[in-house]
Amino acid sequence: MSLFDYTLKELQEKLHNKEISVTELVEESYQRIEAVDGEVKAFLTLNKEQALKQAEELDAARGSDDTEALFGLPIGVKDNIVTNGLRTTCASQFLDNFINPLYDATVVEKLANAKAVTIGKLNMDEFAMGSSNENSSYYATRNPWNTDYVPGGSSGGSAAAVAAGEVFFSLGSDTGGSIRQPAAFCGVVGLKPTYGRVSRFGLVAFASSLDQIGPVTRTVEDNAYLLEAISGHDKMDATSADVDVPKFTEALTGDVKGLRIAVPKEYLSEGVSEEVKEAVMSALRKYEELGATWEEVSLPHSKYAVATYYLIASSEASANLARFDGVRYGVRTQNAESMLDMFKRSRSEGFGDEVKRRIMLGTFALSSGYYDAYYKKAQQVRTLIKNDFEKVLEDYDVIIGPTTPTPAFKVGEIVDDPLTMYANDILTIPVNLAGVPGISVPCGFSSEGLPIGLQIIGKHFDESTVYRTAHAFEQATDFHKQRPSLGGAQS
Amino acid sequence: MSRISKEEVKHVANLARLAISEKEADMFTKQLDDIITYAEQLNELDTTGVEPTTHVLDLKNVMRKDEPRKWLEKEDVLNNAPDHKDGQFKVPSILE
Repeated sequence: MSLFDYTLKELQEKLHNKEISVTELVEESYQRIEAVDGEVKAFLTLNKEQALKQAEELDAARGSDDTEALFGLPIGVKDNIVTNGLRTTCASQFLDNFINPLYDATVVEKLANAKAVTIGKLNMDEFAMGSSNENSSYYATRNPWNTDYVPGGSSGGSAAAVAAGEVFFSLGSDTGGSIRQPAAFCGVVGLKPTYGRVSRFGLVAFASSLDQIGPVTRTVEDNAYLLEAISGHDKMDATSADVDVPKFTEALTGDVKGLRIAVPKEYLSEGVSEEVKEAVMSALRKYEELGATWEEVSLPHSKYAVATYYLIASSEASANLARFDGVRYGVRTQNAESMLDMFKRSRSEGFGDEVKRRIMLGTFALSSGYYDAYYKKAQQVRTLIKNDFEKVLEDYDVIIGPTTPTPAFKVGEIVDDPLTMYANDILTIPVNLAGVPGISVPCGFSSEGLPIGLQIIGKHFDESTVYRTAHAFEQATDFHKQRPSLGGAQS
Repeated sequence: MSRISKEEVKHVANLARLAISEKEADMFTKQLDDIITYAEQLNELDTTGVEPTTHVLDLKNVMRKDEPRKWLEKEDVLNNAPDHKDGQFKVPSILE
């Protein structure tokens, strides 16, 4: 068994009692990476020298000064979160030479204060644009359950690294499903917090009104611990919310008696595979056994979410990615004749097709003559989608459905078809548009042995109820205890 | 009818400061046309009088005191740049 099969609480007790050392935990990470990352390709950059040095320092404090929330635990960080002194590429050739961002994102500072050990930077779709990790400009991460399949995206590296046992846990970012969809595909727990719960300072911006950083873990409890450690108002992010951060772990009572669950009929309609529907229905039966009740509801504007999202997210991206100009950092073309030429060539050489496609879509939607028809229209429909959620959540505690319409698809299967790729996020996108929190927890396996994810959505800033609901299901099932047999079973 | 022409794609690419080849222009025209056509399903909805959502939280202007504080060292920042001279970023000629 791997050390990462223990929970955070168990590991901390073992560290405190000196049954294990931080160095052992960190070495476990690098040994596992050495053994399986050739196949999984979850990492872009490793932080080995620094991590081992930090482990040594922490080991000296073990047993006495070891009470910080994440003491000694190996974490992976998605490569769009900046790390002082550690290369940060967003999986883009544009930032291939960005070996030192010079400062830490707020979440990275919080990880350091909580004494987690950063193992390395995780692969992703370039600038977080994609649902399969095939848009990484380096290499596509593979699904640890079957390496012919994608791990999902854009936080594919974050989910695959946890599923493969390469790190204890990781951070991802979620703009339209980029934590929850790969968590579902890889059989791990991934949460997108309420918009504003976690500071975005130091997260390379894709769509600023939708982006959130969130935790990826093996268990719900560990997810709640990691969220506690990274949450909170930050004066460096004017959109981070000045609200109290509850002890999310205290909500994990295992008790869901009387919990009112809403199940949107749109989330179990055509396009959702039979296997996924069955897994969700069986989860709902489990909740009934546990004393919760569920009713079918409607989120009538769901079918417009994907179109709304691509207009809004691409518009915001076209503005955010204007900063990549080849002047202050990143790669500059060797063949520039003038400044304008330098901008254009640097960007064209540095960005992949999906990034260019979205920048152009956004530029089009924001351009004179089209703004009202596309961008403003999408923002109005966003209001309708948000109202759908608020209305249902007046009468129910949580909304439950699948995280994705199908389990993971094969590498190369839909990479050339942007619209089909976008449709993958149909059940996760509305949550970002509404700004509410959502989690994916394992709820079954397909006939091909690929994980299926259950999505639980809550009210603004009510991650506590989302976690309580997820935890009760997890504790009543054993899907989260299954491990991929990658690289020889991890035994 | 196509929603976006090849000429418009080239225009948008120029606005976005992207150099694209003829072949890329063909590919993006087809793909963007598909995506925009798909997005036009939003026109099925009557949104007269619906307030646009720019942001999900009810945020007012967030103000802070305008006080200088220590941030990155100038030398370090310049070292991250592709080219610099005399303490400034250096770029190719601006006047064509």
